[in-house]
Amino acid sequence: MLQNRTFMKKTKQGGIRKVVREHYLRDDIYCGAPFCKACDVSGARLSSTASKILVVDTNVVLNQIDLLENPAIDDVVVLSVVLEEVKNKNIGIYNRLRALCSSSSRRFFVFSNQNHRDAYVKAMPGETPNDHNDRAIRVATQWYQNHLGTAVPVLLITNDRENKRKALEEGISAETVESYVKSLDKPELLDLIVQSSSEDVSMEDVEDLRPSKRKVVYTEHKPMSEITAGLLRGIYHQGKLRVNRYNPFEAYVGSESIGDEIIIYGRANMNRAFDGDIVAVELLPQEQWHEEKSLVIADEEDEEEDVHLAPSSADDAPRVTNLGQESAGLASGVPSRPSGRVVGIIRRNWKSYCGSLEPMPMPAGDGGIAHALFVSKDRRIPKIRIKTRQLGNLLDKRIVVAVDSWDCLSRYPSGHYVRTIGEIGDRDTESEVVLIENDIDARPFSSQVLSCLPPLPWSVSSEDLSNPIRQDLRHLCIFSVDPPGCRDIDDALHCTALPNGNFEVGVHIADVTNFVHHGTALDNEASQRGTSVYLVERRIDMLPKPLTEDICSLRADVERLAFSVIWEMTPEAEIISTKYTKSVIKSCAALSYVEAQARMDDSRLVDPVTTNLRNMNALAKIMRQRRIERGALTLASAEVKFQIDTETHDPLDIGMYQIREANQMVEEFMLAANVSVAEKILKHFPLCSLLRRHPTPTKEMLEPLLRTAAAVGLSLDVTSSKALAESLDRAVGDDPYFNKLIRILATRCMTQAVYFCSGDLSPPEFNHYGLAAPLYTHFTSPIRRYADVIVHRLLAASLGISRLPDIFQDRPQLTSIADNLNYRHRNAQMASRASVELHTLIYFKNRPTDTEARIVKIRSNGFIVFVPKYGIEGPVNLSKKGGEWLVDEQQQKVKRSDNSISYGVLQTVHIHMEVVEPQPHRPKLELTLTEK
Amino acid sequence: MEYVNPEGLRLDGRRPMEMRQLRAEIGVVSRADGSAVFEMGNTKVIAAVYGPREVQNKSQQMSDQALVRCEYSMANFSTGERKRKPKGDRRSTEISLVIRQTMEACILTDQMPRTQIDIFVQVLQADGGTRSACINAATLALADAGIPMRDLVTSCSAGYLNSTPLLDLNYVEDGAGGPDVTVGILPKLDKVTLLQMDAKLPMDTLESVMQLAAEGCKAVANYIREILLEHTKQLEVRRGT
Repeated sequence: MLQNRTFMKKTKQGGIRKVVREHYLRDDIYCGAPFCKACDVSGARLSSTASKILVVDTNVVLNQIDLLENPAIDDVVVLSVVLEEVKNKNIGIYNRLRALCSSSSRRFFVFSNQNHRDAYVKAMPGETPNDHNDRAIRVATQWYQNHLGTAVPVLLITNDRENKRKALEEGISAETVESYVKSLDKPELLDLIVQSSSEDVSMEDVEDLRPSKRKVVYTEHKPMSEITAGLLRGIYHQGKLRVNRYNPFEAYVGSESIGDEIIIYGRANMNRAFDGDIVAVELLPQEQWHEEKSLVIADEEDEEEDVHLAPSSADDAPRVTNLGQESAGLASGVPSRPSGRVVGIIRRNWKSYCGSLEPMPMPAGDGGIAHALFVSKDRRIPKIRIKTRQLGNLLDKRIVVAVDSWDCLSRYPSGHYVRTIGEIGDRDTESEVVLIENDIDARPFSSQVLSCLPPLPWSVSSEDLSNPIRQDLRHLCIFSVDPPGCRDIDDALHCTALPNGNFEVGVHIADVTNFVHHGTALDNEASQRGTSVYLVERRIDMLPKPLTEDICSLRADVERLAFSVIWEMTPEAEIISTKYTKSVIKSCAALSYVEAQARMDDSRLVDPVTTNLRNMNALAKIMRQRRIERGALTLASAEVKFQIDTETHDPLDIGMYQIREANQMVEEFMLAANVSVAEKILKHFPLCSLLRRHPTPTKEMLEPLLRTAAAVGLSLDVTSSKALAESLDRAVGDDPYFNKLIRILATRCMTQAVYFCSGDLSPPEFNHYGLAAPLYTHFTSPIRRYADVIVHRLLAASLGISRLPDIFQDRPQLTSIADNLNYRHRNAQMASRASVELHTLIYFKNRPTDTEARIVKIRSNGFIVFVPKYGIEGPVNLSKKGGEWLVDEQQQKVKRSDNSISYGVLQTVHIHMEVVEPQPHRPKLELTLTEK
Repeated sequence: MEYVNPEGLRLDGRRPMEMRQLRAEIGVVSRADGSAVFEMGNTKVIAAVYGPREVQNKSQQMSDQALVRCEYSMANFSTGERKRKPKGDRRSTEISLVIRQTMEACILTDQMPRTQIDIFVQVLQADGGTRSACINAATLALADAGIPMRDLVTSCSAGYLNSTPLLDLNYVEDGAGGPDVTVGILPKLDKVTLLQMDAKLPMDTLESVMQLAAEGCKAVANYIREILLEHTKQLEVRRGT
């Protein structure tokens, strides 16, 4: 049956145009109930024992998606008209609904009512789209009722009063969400219901009773039309709001229209915007541009800074507002940075957040509704007001909460409880919080993904050996060097002396792309995960375990497939030729760094592996030296290593990660392989190579380092990476740790390296600052990084081994993959750091410790210390010690007003570390000064 | 954008392997020797055939075969916005050529030397797949004119969107920027006479898309045959034999 859909549409040029589209109505759309006798039941998704079939209205989906996601709600029919409307209103909820509909564990069925011959509804003249959709929902429900007859009752769930009334009039059974959930007799579900203010009559009454108590906390958002007009006229600026991770009262909006970041100070100016929202900002008058400090203090909830892991790059470190520069700016009357206030929110970025409830006394009548404040783990998120009936149950739990609305009359946004993760402080709970916070998918691999794996036990087949593209390198003495206990070995090395005095050096990387083919479920999953995540007590793999630990892992004494880069090098480590090939290898030893080091150091050993190791080490040293001469920075970070109890998984000991010569040797060859591969793929695919760059830090970013250095009488040259490297080498203080400390501080000023698509930038921007390499990419760890998988494919295509998948010809798509990889890498790092922080806390719980620390930053009420031994950083508060303290910005010193004691930056102090619980279930690490 | 939803329905409610509704009518222009209207959904095309007749421009006359000429045009009202399209623009010249070549391949031109056959096709309403509709209309008109042909030529397009081969793209799907493969076949001889595509498509995918388009052509051929049979029966009745 054919219907024409006719509607008017406004074109881009502003003209009005009539559009006619065909609309086919079908008789092969089935009801999805397996017990139906009239329909084809092969695609049925509803359960055969359903006691009730629910049809949901659009407003129910939009507002109560958390409720729908709860397994207690099942046998739901989602009409295509509802899907369509949800898609237009909120794409995030649409995706969640789609996930529900495709999940095999849930019984959600999509009924394409708009294409169904009997359930189709033609728009009546003068009917609004909203009324039309409501009518379509009622007609479809009616159809279900007639179709299924007495087999099972059909219930329309709607929160729209008008729709419900009409439904009842037409003889359709309909209920509101609240009354339906109440009838289920599961009180915990009631917490999931979002109270939409317009529907909730009782709430309205209560609020109306005391209008005097309501006061406007935030200014109204401007209407959308005014915002668009303002943006066009240049009064408002549009951008994404990013809240400072370390100071939630400060946010930045990157605006294209003024080409600079606009700073927004204080919650009032942020005007209910969340991190990640797209907002419209109005600039404040220039004389109000320097009010940040007063505002921070003015805000009533000043939170204490916690002890955390020492940051390893500028991205992790708190954003420092430049004090020195600012005072200079004030003096000369030149305003530093524009500040503004949010006038409207263009698009919300509300997600669900992890955290816990603020401790509060139990309300008098247990079991009643309690209003509680939820504090997110993510400090950038304001407290959220929720209503709960199970307060006693939730107080000591980590819970997930979603935001529903933020009225300008209320200080905090209101939200609703979604689910419980577990008890606060419990290691498993906290680990899960870390994963959720960083958007890491730790679910087991789906059966579709696992079906892409080759059958086990897997071994190199004769086909692989006879394949002409695969070189047989099994005769070579290849070995791998990795951290102890490493099971995903993705690189191995060999080095043989050639008769002409040169060396043949090979880097062999696991041939992951032989098993992970483009476009398969396995590939899609890996590209979504982007990277393996290493937490202290577990590893979340990018690829399923059989691939990670067996098939791809280049273990000792088994034949494995590899992708090899083989150089001929002179004894002076000059590369004469480079060869790339797929290969079959057989590793003869899987060494740990310690073992390799011990072998090299033991002069009695002269077996082939050891001699090769020594040769390679000699070459690596020359390569390293040359790299440093080119200006590569030797940066340092405070990485810590835990010793975990195998039984309880509790940390037994922590200490700094020790770097040996063997580590540096392996690293050197991996760098060389990555550089060689980057050159090769860029030559063949100048527009669609995936490379990695490290942007040169700006003067501003290095400012804190220079200030600290100046305070201890050190001058650093930061004009180029080479100059910086040299001045870092010269920076030797009176104690051995001084140099490392300066390097750690330098590392902290730099941003992280990022992946990018070569077509997006011009060649000078490809530069990798830290390595002083004009080109760089990642090739050597395809088991744990998806970027390497892509580079493997590019390299294989450039050698003519395989065809390049189409997506590489599509630059925007490659760019979006690169963006996803950067996002995943960043999250993986944040998660590892959070995991280490968590374990540090567990470790110190029963072990109050005295240790040495270095001051890294001076603050108004104390200073921040860095504890080298444990790699952590945290504030030491001086105000508790009494006396008046004065801060000397220029000298970076804090002095007691009577000049009796003073502390300067980089000075060594002794501190006491102890876990305290100022509030129940909220443990934190506290640092106090012990000397004097 | 999602052109095929997870329920397996396209934007207009068809499934990927389904064609739009076909409709054809023979003998719509009484002055012409043969004429037909052909509709594929909202795409509507009229074709009129004159000939075989005397060659107008003697210099073009060929002594061993007939001269086939084709003129394609689009009515000004055929698309949503009314735009005056100049006659003989690049697009219509190209389509004219394509139709002429396709039709020439099936007309037994050597049986009608020193004559000329004119095919006029005009798009009355455009909603994607005009090329195919024109060829189908021209076939019907040629058959109506009683011009000897090897076989009927039928045409249909297919595309590839959301990793699914789609038969008979409409205007919206055509505008998606994906590949659009137009295939013309001689259904009884099972020969391809037209294959056009203006995008990149991997070889193995092209094969499946082409296969689908060819299936579509066969379905069109069946329909055209039915229409012709019915039309012939009517002629028979009118003659009263």
